[in-house]
Formats: sequence, structure tokens, C-alpha cells
Amino acid sequence: MSKEILVQASGLARRYGERQALRGLDLELFRGEILGLLGPNGAGKSTTLRILSGTLPPTTGSVRIGGYDLFERPLEAKRLLGYLPEQPPLYPDMRVGEYLRYCARLHGVPRARSRGAAEEAAERCGLGEVLNRVIGNLSKGYRQRVGIAQAIVHRPAVVILDEPTVGLDPVQLASIRSLIRELGAEHGVILSSHLLPEVQSLCARVVILNQGRPVHAGTLSAESARREVVLVTAHAVDIEQLRSLSGVEALEVLEPRRLRLRLADAAAAERVQQAVLGNGWGLVEWWPLRDNLEQLFLTLTHGEGA
Amino acid sequence: MSVTIALRDLRALLGSPFGWVLAAVGYFVLAWRFLQLVDVYQLELEGLVVQLDAAYGVTELVAAPFFGDAWLLLVLLLTVAVLSMRLVVDERQQGTLSLLFAAPVRSSAIVLGKFFGAGAFLTLLLLLWALMPFSLQIGTALDLGRLLAAWLGLWLMGLGLLACAVLASSLTAQPGLAAALTFTFGLLLMLLQQGSEASGALARLSLLAHYRPFLAGVVSTADLAYFALLAVGALVLAVRRLDSLRVQA
Repeated sequence: MSKEILVQASGLARRYGERQALRGLDLELFRGEILGLLGPNGAGKSTTLRILSGTLPPTTGSVRIGGYDLFERPLEAKRLLGYLPEQPPLYPDMRVGEYLRYCARLHGVPRARSRGAAEEAAERCGLGEVLNRVIGNLSKGYRQRVGIAQAIVHRPAVVILDEPTVGLDPVQLASIRSLIRELGAEHGVILSSHLLPEVQSLCARVVILNQGRPVHAGTLSAESARREVVLVTAHAVDIEQLRSLSGVEALEVLEPRRLRLRLADAAAAERVQQAVLGNGWGLVEWWPLRDNLEQLFLTLTHGEGA
Repeated sequence: MSVTIALRDLRALLGSPFGWVLAAVGYFVLAWRFLQLVDVYQLELEGLVVQLDAAYGVTELVAAPFFGDAWLLLVLLLTVAVLSMRLVVDERQQGTLSLLFAAPVRSSAIVLGKFFGAGAFLTLLLLLWALMPFSLQIGTALDLGRLLAAWLGLWLMGLGLLACAVLASSLTAQPGLAAALTFTFGLLLMLLQQGSEASGALARLSLLAHYRPFLAGVVSTADLAYFALLAVGALVLAVRRLDSLRVQA
């Protein structure tokens, strides 16, 4: 791959006393990519992100950020990092603008440019109208956004976000997601979540953790390219005609007017829909099934208590 | 970087009731005490001095005793102990220590920032305290050199205690405990001299033994070095402590 590697972690393990919180994790992050860290609560997501942000040394393993070893050259490496911890590190008695300027200064933005940087980060996170409000008086959603703004105020190459969308309402959620996508285009983003749809909507690649161990690592696009759909029609359909359409890889009759299709791509989906409409079979429901990642994730999440 | 941290801390102290209440409470007690000293001088001592034609004046009988007063030392100690409830322990409580740890900032810069920020606040307080004895200049002639020396001693002792407060606040996650540690340690340093006049070794470690010469107007290298060592030693230990906090969970 010719893309620039921003983060390279190998053999990460972390032990808290007796408890092995993380073991055997390798990951890479390239510029222009969003990597999702998925797992049930207590799977080791926050531990991983704390290690990657340099706030917690691993028991074994190494992290390189933009070519610098995070624990041997911490100052150089951390200059390239922006980090939103699980609990946003906010000073409740500061004003939003003042706080963001302080964060910019801490990350080495020159004094003259810190005001501009703070305003830009606030603008991107939709904080324009609360710049002069005291952080302690803000709602949870706003505080979360101040936390995100703090992580991007110095325009770091790598942005690490620990559960960035917690506590946001649906409108804010959409705007934060588009912000993360934007960040992913120019920087590299690592985010954690325990919500699969969240990761699916944002990330090209995902690492699933369970009980401190990586159980799945791979791209999401390759999996979701094979789409499974449940089709419900008003009238009986000609199954052979549908099966003969190009791009229909499998067809299963669940009930007389309920079919399960596996499609190669979006064009195949369009052909099926046109066939249904053209023959007057009556399209009642078109219901995309998620790929086997969801299956895997659900198994893991449900197996958590066992 | 430490300047950035210091400025934020100073602003936080000046922008919150915490700093002002702390300043006001201490000032109230000290003003009361100062008034008592002036009263005693006016009602009792002044007549004696005139009768005996003694070579004492307001500087010796009001201003210097004010700087050496046990109540003043107690207020200073309490002020520093309360300040230690902010500093590092406050960052830990708010969860903002992770901001400092994730930023490209050395532990030494964090510790110095904390020390300078609270130190600037303490300096402002001590300057206000000094206004009381220096205000006597309006009515009489003071030995300004001696008073300046006394204030310098007070300032150095305050900064030495503050360095211990930075260390204490890095040792625990509970603000109350940090204050108790600072107070106890400071009190111990002051009490070392009591009853150990004979055994010189302990007395040499005492804060007061190195503070007294300043009250008499004597600024000696040994005393300056003592306060510098106290401050530097405590700050170095605090840096060590922060480094080990980074390694812990």
C-alpha cells in the first residue's frame, strides 16, 4: 500500500494488576482513513485508545505515530495526536473559547494563531454560538462537542475519539458524523464505539475486540458489497425470472411472498426492483439485511456474560 | 508551556469565588491582628518608649512583630494548604490531567506551571498583606529596608511551602487529604525549632530558624539557599510523582 502510515501499533498488551485488559493487538492507521474499534463494554477499547494516545503505557508492545515511537519520543509523537478521552477533559469554570485557546497552546499552536484555531475548531463542531458560555453550564451534547473540538484544535494528523457520539441528540449525531467523515478525509481517525451501526456508517475498517482480544479485523466494504435483502411483494412472483437476473447470487423462498436475495452490487438491486415493479408484483418491503459482521458482533455481545 | 499552564491557573483562581474568598478570609484575620498590634503600641508602648527614650520605634514594635506573628504564620500555612486543594489534585478530580498527559507537555512543565500559577496568586496576596505595615509610613518614618527584608523572607517561605503543596497535591486523589498533608508538613517544619534549641541539627531544618533573620533585616545566603533548596526539592519530587502517575492506570 502506498498510503502514508500514521499509526502503527504492534503486540500491544496491558495488564491492570491481575486483570489482563488487552493482549496481542496489532493495528495500523493510514492517512485518509477512519478505523473503528468495536466491542462490548469492558472489551478493552478505552484501554487501547489510552495507549494509542500516550496517556497509558502498554505492558508490552510499541506504538509509532508518524514514525516517532510514542514512548521514546513522546513530545514529537504527541504533537501529531488529538485525543478525546471517554470523559471529556473539560474545566467547568472556563469559557468555551478560552478553553479551546488553552488546548491549542498546550499543543504548541503559537499564541498569535491560537484564537483563529479555537474559532475554527468551534465552528466545525457547531459551537459558534456558545463560544462565550461557561463549560459547566453546557448540556451534555455540547460538552461532548467541546471535547471533540479540543481534540482537533491543533489540526493533528491522528485524531483518537473514545465514544465520540455518546450523549448527542439525532441532529447533533448527524453533524458530528459528517465532521468525523470530513476529518477522516484529510487526517486519520480512530474511534471506538459499542454500536455497530455507528461504526458501519463511518468506518472503512474495523477491529472488533472482545475481552481484551482482537477477534476480527478487516474492511467493512468488502463485506457489505455482498448484500442480502429480504423482499416482500403483494403478489406471487416468478422465482425463476428473478433468479436469472444477473447479479442475483442466491435466492431463498422464506414464505410465499417473502424472498431472501443475495445481490452482487447496487445495480443488481436496481434490476430486481425494476423486475418487481415492471411485472406488477407490488413491492411491499425492501429490507436490506446486514452482513455477517453483525452476526459476529451479536454473538460476541451476547456471549459476554457467559 | 509552563507559562500557558500558569496563566490558566492564575486566571482560574482570580476568576472564581475560591481565590477571592481565600484572600478575603485571610485578610480579615490579619487586619484584625494588625489593628491589635497598632492599638497596643498606641496605648501602652508609645508612652514607655518616650519615657525611657528608647531606641525603638514603630518598625520594631509593630511592623516587624506583625511579620513574625504566629497568627500570620498560621494564616499563611492555611492559605497554602487550601491552595493545595487545587493544583494537581484538582486536575485529577476533574479528569483534565489526561488533557495534560495527552498533550506534548513534560511533567516538569506541568509542575512548574502549577507552581508559578499559584505562586503568582500567593505573591499578590502577600503584597496585599504588606500594605498594612507599609501603610504606617503615612504617619511615621519606617525602616523600609528592614521591612522589605521581612517581606522577602515571608515571600520565600510562602513559595517554599507552596512547593510542598504542589508535591502534596500530586500525592493523593483527594483534595482534603492534600490540604491536610500540606498543613501538617508545614506545621512540622515550623515546629522543628521549638524545644530543640539545644540540638542544632533539627533547628537548622526549621522554617522559622531561617525566617527570623529576615525579620531582623538580615538577608543571608544560607537562608536564601535553604528556601531555594526546599522549593526545588519539593518540585523535583512532584515531577517524579507525575512521571509515575503517567505509568499508572
